[in-house]
Order: sequence, then C-alpha cells, then structure tokens
Amino acid sequence: MQLIDKAKVQQLIDILIDQELYIHLEMTTGAYAAHLDRSKHPAATFISNAFIRYSHGSISGDGPYRIGLKTGQGWVYSEGLTHYEETDSERLILAGHDTAGKLIVALQLSREPF
Amino acid sequence: MERHILVVLPHPDDEAFSLSGTIAMHLDQGSTEVTYACLTLGEMGRNMGIPPFASRVTLPVIRKQELEASCRAIGIRDLRMLGFHDKMIEFEDKAKLDGSIEALMKELNPSLVITFHPTLSVHPDHNACGAAVIRTIGRMPAEQRPTVHCMAFADKHEQEIGKPDIIIDVKGYLKQKMASIQAHKSQFQAAELLGSKKLSDAEIEARFGTERFWTYRFS
Repeated sequence: MQLIDKAKVQQLIDILIDQELYIHLEMTTGAYAAHLDRSKHPAATFISNAFIRYSHGSISGDGPYRIGLKTGQGWVYSEGLTHYEETDSERLILAGHDTAGKLIVALQLSREPF
Repeated sequence: MERHILVVLPHPDDEAFSLSGTIAMHLDQGSTEVTYACLTLGEMGRNMGIPPFASRVTLPVIRKQELEASCRAIGIRDLRMLGFHDKMIEFEDKAKLDGSIEALMKELNPSLVITFHPTLSVHPDHNACGAAVIRTIGRMPAEQRPTVHCMAFADKHEQEIGKPDIIIDVKGYLKQKMASIQAHKSQFQAAELLGSKKLSDAEIEARFGTERFWTYRFS
C-alpha cells in the first residue's frame, strides 16, 4: 500500500464510472477497543461484495482523504483514507490507517468479487 | 503424556501468545501428535504492518503464510485451515461449524482439545469458537470425551471460573514461542503486542514464560 496519490485515485474512480461493481466498505475500531480502554466505544461495520454503480465520484481533502460516489438513488461516503494500492489498475483498493498502522477504514471497488 | 492434541482457534496468531510454548513442549517431550485447526485466515485483522504492507485484498494470503511459518517455528506439522470468515464465527451456520469440528474429532480422536473459553475470551470469534467446541464435545458420550483445556482472559474471568488449574512453565520453550510470535509479521509490530520496545530476557520470561488453562467441566 502507498500513501494516496490524489490524481491517480481520481483516475481510477473515473475509470470505474457506470459499471456494475462489487464494493467492500468497512469501518472499525477493532474488537479489543473496549477491552484495553473502558472509555472507548467499540464499533465496526462492513459490507462485502454488495453491488454498486455510480454515475460520478471524487476524492477530496488534503489527507486523510474523503471519497464520495453518487449512485442512482444515493451516495457512498468514506472519510479517513490514507493509502491505496498503486499496483492495481483495474480495481480501487483504499484504506485508512491510524498512526499505529491499524486499519480504520477500507473502501474497495472491483468488477470481480473480493 | 497426551496421545493427540487438537487445538481449535479462530485466528492465525491466536496460537502464538497463548499456547505455542505448551505445544512446543509436548512435541519436544515425546510422541504426542498435534493438529491445529484454525477457523479463519484473519482476513479482517486491522494490523497491516508499519508502514502497511498488506491490504484487505492481500491480507488473507499473507496471514496464511505467517500461520504456516508460526507452525514451523512451534513444530506443528498438521495444520488445518477450515476456511471460515474472520469476525463471522458467531453468525456462522452452527451445523456447519460444529460439523467441521465433529469431523476432526472423529478423524483424530484426540486425548486433549485446547480452545478458548466459550464466554470469557473477549473477541466474539474466540467465544464462538470455544462454544462450538464445547457444544460438539458436549454431545459426545461422557466417557468418550477428551479433556478440554480452555484459555480465558476477559476482565474478571477469575471471579467466574477461579484460578487456572493448568499452569505450564514454558521458559524452556521461549525460543519457539518468540519465533512463533515473530512469524506473524503483519501483527507483530502492533503496539499492544511488543511494539517497538526491545524486551530484556527477564521481561520476556515474565510476560511469556507461563501459559494458563482451565479444564472445562461439562455439566
């Protein structure tokens, strides 16, 4: 994974417009969040291999980055993205890592299921 | 001396901290066979290396390799990867989950099974894994059941189940244990595990030199 190059990610978003895609969208504080610190609220959610088609989308911010994808009836939104997989030109693999390297958020789009 | 130990845990690296020393000891001391059934590939883990070298896409492959390296470090030759999905054990079809454990019980006829305590193991996958093992073995006739050793570390677990009745001194097997931990490269750098701090031999012995188990009492 590489630190996000905004222009390259925008290119990938544009390449995938108006296609039937599989999406993996996730956010998590980790299963141990409250075990280590009672004041923390453990939360995690993910949806894997759902179908999505978006008409336009963009990346925003100065890092960590935000992404919004406009679908037929709504939106997909993700904030806190820091890294992307630069060797993948057919898929969009994005993640947000905290300062300890832990994954906090993930947004992935592909024509094939994950 | 155990004839055959079956270890059932949900995540690659669960074995490293909690029982790698005990297993290395059994393998070193005699003719005990060991099978490690790992339910998932830890594909939803949050540690990806620092800086991150894994993604959600590549993590399962990386963690499979790490798991295999950990088993080599401990001396485990029979590793079964059961193909369940990380985080989803508590939601999995119980007949399918229990069936996979039952098949291993029939095939291996272990004298000892080691797993997580079914309610006091913090992570929902840990608890659900332990619960599946207890359900499956609980259905066996009492005289055919193997001994079951559970691991527990939830807050106040000793208030509920008392002190561990099995305490294994693994100081003689810390070489294997630390190699097992370090095999999980994507997880190893996490601050709550070892972090960047270099531990002294005394600190390593104090922290990793003892492994604790509770014999499960079937009612």
